[in-house]
Amino acid sequence: MDHLTIHFPVGRSRLLGRQQQVVHAVEDVSFSINRGETLGLAGESGSGKTTTGRAILRRIDPKRGTIRFRGRDITQSSGQALRHLRRHMQLVFQDPYASLNPRMNVLDLVAEPLIVHGIYNSTDDAREYVLELLEQCGLSADTADRFPHAFSGGQRQRIGIARAIGLRPEFIVADEPVSALDVSIRAQVVNLLQDLQDELGITYLFIAHDLSVVRHISNRVAIMYAGQIVEIADRDTIYERPLHPYTEALLSSIPVPNPQLQRDRRRIVLSGEIPDTLEPPSGCRFASRCPLVEERCHVEMPSLSPRSETHDAACWVR
Amino acid sequence: MADRLLEVDGLQVRFFTRRGVVHAVRDVSFGIERDETVGLVGESGSGKSVTSQAIMGLVEFPGSITAGDVRWKGQSLVHGPTAAADIKRIRGNEVSMVFQDPMTSLNPVFTIGSQLTEVTRRHLGYSKMQARERALELLDLVDMSNPRQRFKQFPGELSGGMRQRVLIAMALSCEPELLIADEPTTALDVTIQAQILELLAELQEDLGLSVLLITHDLGVVAGTCDRVCVMYGGRLAEVGPIDDVFETPTHPYSRGLLNSTPRIDEVTSRLVSIDGAPPDLVAPPIGCPFAARCEACSDRCISEMPELATIEKGRDVACWHPFTAS
Amino acid sequence: MTLGRNDEGVDLHDVNSLSGDEQTLAGISRHGRTRTAKAKELLVELWHDRAGFIGVCFLSMLVITAVFAPLVAPHNPRQQDLVNRLQPPVWSDGGDWSFPLGTDGLGRDVLSRLIFGSRVSIFVGLAVLAIAGLVGVILGVLAGYRGGFTDRFIMRLVDTQVAFPGLLIAILLAAMIGPSVRTVVIVLSINGWMIYARMARGVVLSVKETDYVEAAEIIGCKPNRVMWRHIFPNLAAPLTTLAVLEFARIVLAEAALSFLGVGVKRTDLSWGLDVASGQEQIFNSWWLVVMPGVLISLTVLSVSLVASWLRVVADPQEREKKYGATQIRRHIKDNG
Repeated sequence: MDHLTIHFPVGRSRLLGRQQQVVHAVEDVSFSINRGETLGLAGESGSGKTTTGRAILRRIDPKRGTIRFRGRDITQSSGQALRHLRRHMQLVFQDPYASLNPRMNVLDLVAEPLIVHGIYNSTDDAREYVLELLEQCGLSADTADRFPHAFSGGQRQRIGIARAIGLRPEFIVADEPVSALDVSIRAQVVNLLQDLQDELGITYLFIAHDLSVVRHISNRVAIMYAGQIVEIADRDTIYERPLHPYTEALLSSIPVPNPQLQRDRRRIVLSGEIPDTLEPPSGCRFASRCPLVEERCHVEMPSLSPRSETHDAACWVR
Repeated sequence: MADRLLEVDGLQVRFFTRRGVVHAVRDVSFGIERDETVGLVGESGSGKSVTSQAIMGLVEFPGSITAGDVRWKGQSLVHGPTAAADIKRIRGNEVSMVFQDPMTSLNPVFTIGSQLTEVTRRHLGYSKMQARERALELLDLVDMSNPRQRFKQFPGELSGGMRQRVLIAMALSCEPELLIADEPTTALDVTIQAQILELLAELQEDLGLSVLLITHDLGVVAGTCDRVCVMYGGRLAEVGPIDDVFETPTHPYSRGLLNSTPRIDEVTSRLVSIDGAPPDLVAPPIGCPFAARCEACSDRCISEMPELATIEKGRDVACWHPFTAS
Repeated sequence: MTLGRNDEGVDLHDVNSLSGDEQTLAGISRHGRTRTAKAKELLVELWHDRAGFIGVCFLSMLVITAVFAPLVAPHNPRQQDLVNRLQPPVWSDGGDWSFPLGTDGLGRDVLSRLIFGSRVSIFVGLAVLAIAGLVGVILGVLAGYRGGFTDRFIMRLVDTQVAFPGLLIAILLAAMIGPSVRTVVIVLSINGWMIYARMARGVVLSVKETDYVEAAEIIGCKPNRVMWRHIFPNLAAPLTTLAVLEFARIVLAEAALSFLGVGVKRTDLSWGLDVASGQEQIFNSWWLVVMPGVLISLTVLSVSLVASWLRVVADPQEREKKYGATQIRRHIKDNG
């Protein structure tokens, strides 16, 4: 395998609440991730980025579309096959407080995946390897016997990462792994993720709403809006020459920690809000807020089309 | 200083928990002038929110102001027989607050209109008609589309951004002189955050409002404030005009914070991180709270607490080895 | 140095922090030292909660006398002594110390009957707790975790059972297999498992949504492991409180069934039976009804006091509130 392909037009993704009412959480999303790279998946709340991440990990069944991992279709995998797949795909959670079982100590937590996959027979057997993992994640050996509540947010996130890399997965979905952390701790965890990638050659899908962090860590970036990818390109291309008006507005609305620059920047302040995913508009989903909107945008949905070798965008105007 | 609206002087707040006494705020002093926007920046646990609560007399149980003073136009809001009554009168009238979470700050069972009119009717004694007029005016002021329709809606029918607008409208209803905004955009998406920040800037200009903006986001402060106070471990680390502090941060913490923030406008191969974690405020270090994580740490930093000292006009820093502007 | 060093949060390893308390209840703390520290702290707290302390004392006394009944009781509870029949309690006119709480119509010592009677109450209470609790929790966890058809089937069963009058079952069973302690246990278990099932299902449903359960599934844990290792321990705290309250209900129910004659055998010793047999003489020998009645009430009251203490202990927020209040008061006192 040299090409990790994930391709899924997920349609009418989830059935929620009242009968027949369908949330179009994610619709017709396709992208691929190459081995060893980091794809940043960015968007605001309600854009469907988390749903996409969970669908790839087969936590949510897509209504339509396929997910291919190492060239194999895993969309229908279940039971034993799915559990086997977990050795290769892991998740790093957003909330370092909720994602660790408060009743298990660090050794048990990190050793659990190793035991359920039969790599070690007991926690004690796994101890040495767990300590190695902890050290790799910047935690000392005496953390192993303590419980999660004794740790700060940054340390807990390190424990979560140690647990995720124990099985030596090739692919990790990092779902907002640093958004719950303070700025000074955030940099530590971002650096750790990068170091692990260098050492172990892990492929990341890095989901985040913070475009500054995404720019820092990603090789390529996909921008989602209301359940669709509106633009996907190489990192520098998308940040320096964004095509889609939403990407442009999103980038301009992120404050820069430099007072002069911030005062002089041209800010595109969008009016309005993300459309209701219960009844998505028939045309471009961004049409109601778009400064460049044309008549066609309201009628027909633009699809993602290549603009250069590494740059796709979904827009009629540009 | 005639135009000093608010003065916080040697404020100390402690929380009495089972783990021990949490020294949440230790000896914090700063002031806010008329027409000024001051940013109070810090990470979680730095004491920034507790400071704002202390100003409004809203320190939550089991916390309490154990020393220091808060003065509004020279009048104490902590000490003296009338302090408790004064603070109640001033809160919502002359000083008002906008909170972080627009979801829980509004009562879900009353309409936007009834919650907006209640403020003016209670504080200013408006009649029902007057209050309604004022409420519609306010909704217009915060750029709410279709105020008449919004007036009848319930909070649940509005999005996060619109609810935050309603809360700002509520805060402005008695024409306050000072607005304390505690993480007003943290729960919002960036495009909505941009809307709200622009609104705050407009309002400040139009109404001659002073603003105390509490946030963890350096970018938010950069675009909106005149002065910034950086807090760490319950104490002020650095105070100064926004341009100076961002250009030449003198406290190692402010410096580290700025360097470790990933930037949208530039790419670095590796983020500069500050090793370690903030101090435990149950047993805060005797010396500088940042000493354990500081690269320039000396013996003196560990044994002796640096006080906030003026290094040039308008710039104060609490550090034994500040970076000099040159 | 690229990775952050371990000096993050050096001072964070306190043993008494909030979430640690649940572990005390669940009894799964790994370290003996911290466990004894926690136990000690719990005792100190119990001492400060006077109502809970009294409750615990009364119940302990009850259990001890029940266990050592033959040694504690002054008389054989079945021994008739017609000469001393209908003796009043010691503090009434004509009472004396040989029968501290008086005697019944056949001259049997009321105190001894009560002491032996508590054996039945406690045995029935514990047996029913064990059977109903086990069945209810297993079915509830299954319903909550599996969902779908399993959930619907089990919950319909619960609804049906709840709708069926318990007394009817008691009468039917008593008629079929005759009244006995065993019958009472069976009847009350059939009638009592639903509440555990409902509670367990509710807890499971909410815990199922937490990140750490999702984490366990993503790691590749099999459903059984997720259910018992990650979800089940969360039941310990609410289950303890519920079980204590249920115990009170069962003591009352056993007494009521025995009173009605569909409970234990007429020759057995039971508080309910004592009330039933004493009621004919209620006007001239009031103690025959009042003594067992008071004992039943005291037991139930003590159980409730203990339950409300447990609720506070199991809820970190409640504990924090109580603690903070006393500390602020002390601070204000010290500083004028």
